[in-house]
Amino acid sequence: MTIDLSTIPALDGVEPVRSTKTPLHLDYEYTAGIAQTRFLLGLRDKKLLGQRCPKCHKVYLPPRGACPTDGVPTTDEVELPHTGTVTTFCVVNVPFHGQQMEIPYVSANVLVDGADLPLFGLVQEMPAHEVRMGLRVEAVWKDDDELETSLENIKWWRPTGEPDADPSVYEGQM
Amino acid sequence: MEQEVLRAPLVIEYPFSRTVGPAVSAFLTGLREQVVIGIRAEDGRVLVPPTEYDPVTSAEIDELVEVGPGGEVLTWSWVAEPRPEHPVDHPFAFALVKLDGADTGFLHAVDADESAMATGMRVTVKWADEREGHITDLACFIPEEAS
Repeated sequence: MTIDLSTIPALDGVEPVRSTKTPLHLDYEYTAGIAQTRFLLGLRDKKLLGQRCPKCHKVYLPPRGACPTDGVPTTDEVELPHTGTVTTFCVVNVPFHGQQMEIPYVSANVLVDGADLPLFGLVQEMPAHEVRMGLRVEAVWKDDDELETSLENIKWWRPTGEPDADPSVYEGQM
Repeated sequence: MEQEVLRAPLVIEYPFSRTVGPAVSAFLTGLREQVVIGIRAEDGRVLVPPTEYDPVTSAEIDELVEVGPGGEVLTWSWVAEPRPEHPVDHPFAFALVKLDGADTGFLHAVDADESAMATGMRVTVKWADEREGHITDLACFIPEEAS
């Protein structure tokens, strides 16, 4: 049995529809919450503000307001330096809708020095194929007059030229 | 202590498209060509929109049937505050419309005054000016006497 468009006079000989658009569109207002608001306000002043768990002493960057391990509020604010270590990364070679970067580019998780949670970012100013786990990097910020309450204030991370970090520094972040 | 909390608009959009099977293809091609297509089930009922398989017996079915453009409102719900994605930009009704020649209700918008809305009212298809083989080719239903 076959469905045959030509059995309907109005459809005899016309080009059949083969696909249909089914876009998904979600329109939110995002509320950052108190901890993330502190983080975002810090970014506006080129500061990386994390929070330390009073029980396990881990430092969360970005902070979420509570320690997921101990379930207690993370009330101690910690300012962290602008340097860190690449824990893991991805060389993006595939174009996709909405892409804003020229390919290939490198997305990476960067463990900021003193933090216990990696931050997502881009690695630039070096060939994509040379990016590696343990690479030491520093934040490259937008110009002061362009700073917003956004992680996009860090345009990307670039190599510091230091020797690679010992794997023990980031082995707990895989 | 009152603390500032930041808020920002956030829009997520996935521009998916999907391929259609033979029954949906016939239906969407019909809309583009300004006819509404159903399909005859094994028990003789005409299903709109058409399915590829009989919903009762699971048998493959293939007899296309042209229905409408007139029909009858089976049930309806008034939308007093349309959202941007809705097919009509002023208050309207979502309704199940049983098109002439069909045996099932077809969900779409009816553009009519709230006072005119009634179960059993006669409506007819209003086609979009530009059609591309999409459900929006059928702009909405309107009261039959207004057509």
